[in-house]
Amino acid sequence: MAKKILMKGNEAIAEAAVKAGCRYFFGYPITPQNELPAYLSWRLPEVGGVFLQAESEVAASNMVYGAAGAGARVMTSSSSPGISLKAEGISYIAGAELPAVIVNMMRGGPGLGGIQPAQSDYFQATKGMAHGDFRLFVLAPSSVQEAVDLTIDAFELADKYRNPVLLLADGMIGQMMEPVSFERSIDPDDLPDKPWATDGAEGREKNIINSLSLDPAELEKHNQKLKEKYDQMEKEEVRYETYYLDDADIVIVAYGTSARISLSAMELAREEGYKVGLIRPITLFPFPKEIIAKTSEKIDDFLTVEMSTGQMVEDVELAVCANNSSVHFYGRTGGMIPTPEEILAEIKKIGGGK
Amino acid sequence: MLADIKKVVIDREKCKGCKLCTTVCPVSILTISEEINSHGYHPSEVTDQSDCISCGQCYRICPDVAITIYKED
Amino acid sequence: MQVVAKKPDSLTDKDFHYCPGCTHGIIHRLVAEVMDELDIREKTIGIAPVGCSVLAYEYFDCDMQEASHGRAPAVATGVKRVHPDKVVFTYQGDGDLASIGTAEIVHAANRGENITTIFVNNAIYGMTGGQMAPTTLLGQKTTTSPAGRKKDIAGSPIKISEMLAVLDGAAYIERVSVHDVKHIIKAKKAIKKAFKMQLEGKGFTMIEVLSTCPTNWGIEPVEALKWLEENMIPIYKPQVLKEAGEGE
Repeated sequence: MAKKILMKGNEAIAEAAVKAGCRYFFGYPITPQNELPAYLSWRLPEVGGVFLQAESEVAASNMVYGAAGAGARVMTSSSSPGISLKAEGISYIAGAELPAVIVNMMRGGPGLGGIQPAQSDYFQATKGMAHGDFRLFVLAPSSVQEAVDLTIDAFELADKYRNPVLLLADGMIGQMMEPVSFERSIDPDDLPDKPWATDGAEGREKNIINSLSLDPAELEKHNQKLKEKYDQMEKEEVRYETYYLDDADIVIVAYGTSARISLSAMELAREEGYKVGLIRPITLFPFPKEIIAKTSEKIDDFLTVEMSTGQMVEDVELAVCANNSSVHFYGRTGGMIPTPEEILAEIKKIGGGK
Repeated sequence: MLADIKKVVIDREKCKGCKLCTTVCPVSILTISEEINSHGYHPSEVTDQSDCISCGQCYRICPDVAITIYKED
Repeated sequence: MQVVAKKPDSLTDKDFHYCPGCTHGIIHRLVAEVMDELDIREKTIGIAPVGCSVLAYEYFDCDMQEASHGRAPAVATGVKRVHPDKVVFTYQGDGDLASIGTAEIVHAANRGENITTIFVNNAIYGMTGGQMAPTTLLGQKTTTSPAGRKKDIAGSPIKISEMLAVLDGAAYIERVSVHDVKHIIKAKKAIKKAFKMQLEGKGFTMIEVLSTCPTNWGIEPVEALKWLEENMIPIYKPQVLKEAGEGE
């Protein structure tokens, strides 16, 4: 067991990227994720890697495209408004089927919004993010340790599917300190071969990294191929955690920071005799709809808790619709964070007397 | 036999008939064909190979890399 | 019989899709000839732009990446940082480089990114159908400046080479033209020098090549060469704008 050390979420994710064998980072400053690039600005050169502060998020995401196409394990990070700008490069990365890891430490929006934690980018993260028919693989940690583990997984998944993977957290996860350990360490010289990469056509046919396809029949074929990858993710990669589903009357669905707070609310409620369970999606795409659908066979009331005005709740509603369960929603937004007591009060409203 | 030697070879399928080569030939042996190629262009053609001095001017200005230049050993 | 001049090996056999007389093809050939002569085809990665030369990745017979509009220098940066020992070039038009991609080209140059940019300036957007470019001449008619570009509305033609030349990271900037054989030979020399300087690790190099667009200028190819000479050359003077000396 590796030694536990106290680290800020942003720095822990940065170190996890290094442990994952990532040696290239291209970013642009934005709050609340600045500790992540700052850490890598000294850490990557230390291990022979490259840290580059780009002229903009747009440029950064296109540098990631170039480096990923050149065969590198590469990452960028940002926060909500910056992710909107990175969306251009991310669409090309998805279209050209390149592996890359993107971190979004969400803050309140829309527009410039605020700098406090929020979960306002769920739609953006899970519904394609940018132009074109594509999906990101989306991982949502709810602790610093989980952020570390999922960061390493993110690189592996990106290579496995040749698809961009988004680590979706919020300013809370990025800024808080927790004890973490780094159990895994991947040697950058030991990464999977990328025979498709543009590293100079020495003794082989040329490679092309591209997302242009002017023939509609060809492009449809390409889009169908992407869809098959997404279907495979839905079949094989869904991750979630459940609590007390066996005896629950009400089930909370929440991810990331909202899930942490909802867990406290769940315990408070159970102390008062409310039989509350919880489903915590860890992958937001692929979304754990099957467990929610199955749970809805015997549960009439779901409560979705988010730091938004209601985004994931739509996926929960879709998952339960066959069984006509009620989906309730409680959200705080703009950087306001729900308290366990507020969530408990919602549970009480749903649960009536008890 | 000498008359069969081709010093400037124009790929008539690659040629788009832009005429740029006809303006640079120092011995004025390039002209536009009355025939059309499969793309519908009137390609450039050589009127007299024996006059060609293999200078390569036409090759240099051709935007479609449609010209190959040879010279006698 | 021996071959004096033929298609360079660094070009594929694919026919160019360019309009008749468009000088993109000449510039492609010059870049490919330089790759052949420096024997770098198997260690070169090219970045294609968005615009008429979007399909450049089909024509150069080396590894290629297709970038989004204006971002080729950022993509090239990503590639070069991963493979500093390889040769990386971008091939960009004036809409791509001088309008939407100004941030990327300025900062790649300023970082002294050890890449080579071939900047093809024909004073108009070609692929989208002849709109005004930032390089369009004053008074030049385009589909979006039907009465001619007016300074008080759209500003003056942007001189990218002059702009970049003042940056410390720019090692070599030259503007050339391909409107006649003499200038084509000069253009090739400049391109070769830029690639050589990259091989020597000198930093950012860019060759601006004045080019024609017969279709969107609405004139015959032969006339277009003349139009370039008479109208573009006075505004965009072919010259070396920057050459970092020894020891710099």
